[in-house]
Amino acid sequence: MADTRNRTTDRVREITVNGRLTRTAAQTLAELLVEQDLGEGRVATAINGDFVAERARAGKLLRDGDTVEILSVRQGG
Amino acid sequence: MNQTEPIRPSQRVPAPEPLTFYGETVGSRLLLGTALYPSPHVMSEAVRASGAEIVTVSLRREQARGRTGQRFLDLIRALSVRLLPNTAGCRTAREAVTTAEMARELLDTDWIKLEVIANDDTLQPDVFGLAEAAEELVKRGFKVFPYMTEDLSLADRLIAAGCRVLMPWGAPIGTGRGLQNPHALKTLRAYYPDVPIVVDAGIGAPSHAAQALEMGCDAVLLNTAVARAQDPVRMAAAFAGAIAAGRSAYEAGLIPPSDRAQPSTPVAGTPFFDLGPTGPGPKPR
Repeated sequence: MADTRNRTTDRVREITVNGRLTRTAAQTLAELLVEQDLGEGRVATAINGDFVAERARAGKLLRDGDTVEILSVRQGG
Repeated sequence: MNQTEPIRPSQRVPAPEPLTFYGETVGSRLLLGTALYPSPHVMSEAVRASGAEIVTVSLRREQARGRTGQRFLDLIRALSVRLLPNTAGCRTAREAVTTAEMARELLDTDWIKLEVIANDDTLQPDVFGLAEAAEELVKRGFKVFPYMTEDLSLADRLIAAGCRVLMPWGAPIGTGRGLQNPHALKTLRAYYPDVPIVVDAGIGAPSHAAQALEMGCDAVLLNTAVARAQDPVRMAAAFAGAIAAGRSAYEAGLIPPSDRAQPSTPVAGTPFFDLGPTGPGPKPR
């Protein structure tokens, strides 16, 4: 289903990034990572609970209300 | 054989049989977690002292402008160990599958320690979510290491899903209570003699780990018992020794327990057969 909201490219969106409500001008997930200064980092991403591969980030449009997770490797048991 | 010829070390202690996970052979039967150490340096030294060739890691939120993940990854890569990412903290199959996908991309491995947690207090596996996630992950090409209860019917489900490793808990995570249900572990061993069994969680002391290996479990995965020890590096080495001893004992073949005492010294030739502690005893009729 076409989502016309995503065609609007010049407005600020309100999304949740790693649990924090965030206002962003980024249109895509790749742009969001650059905005968050994580563009070069080794991170993995998911939107609304679905994995988004690195190669798909540039084409992944953000929508109001999206929940974005940006994860990296940590200590674990 | 020449009696004066010295026995070479390789004759005294045979090399333990190799352990294989999804076609990859490992030399150590200890899988070690990387969390809860007093410092990154102590963690690195503990991993080295343990001899572990597989360590577990997790995925957590990266902070904006942070490089925490990269720094940790650099530290752990320097240890030249194989990484086993986990899905710790996941409460549903969907969360676990997404986390596994993220881990695969970050670490370039299709190995995943699958955790789906049911309860905050016990941290026990959600066996239903676990089976569901395992089925989906195997379909997606993952090699799943399921953190599970010791239940045989669950093992059946996981094996049917395509898991080729079983990781039953010894006791709830972080409790250090040791093997709470050795009988069920033996049952798993008996039903699945060719599937690697790793006791994961609840190990508190090297003796617990030795017990697991003695009864035929293939390996143990632990973290807190080493990381929270007063001297984690020394404890890591202690676990390595106990695990090697436990495995050797299993391969050597333990005697079965007996309810009745059996003299170890030969009875034939015992002197003073007819004398009790205070003098002559009853005479044979």
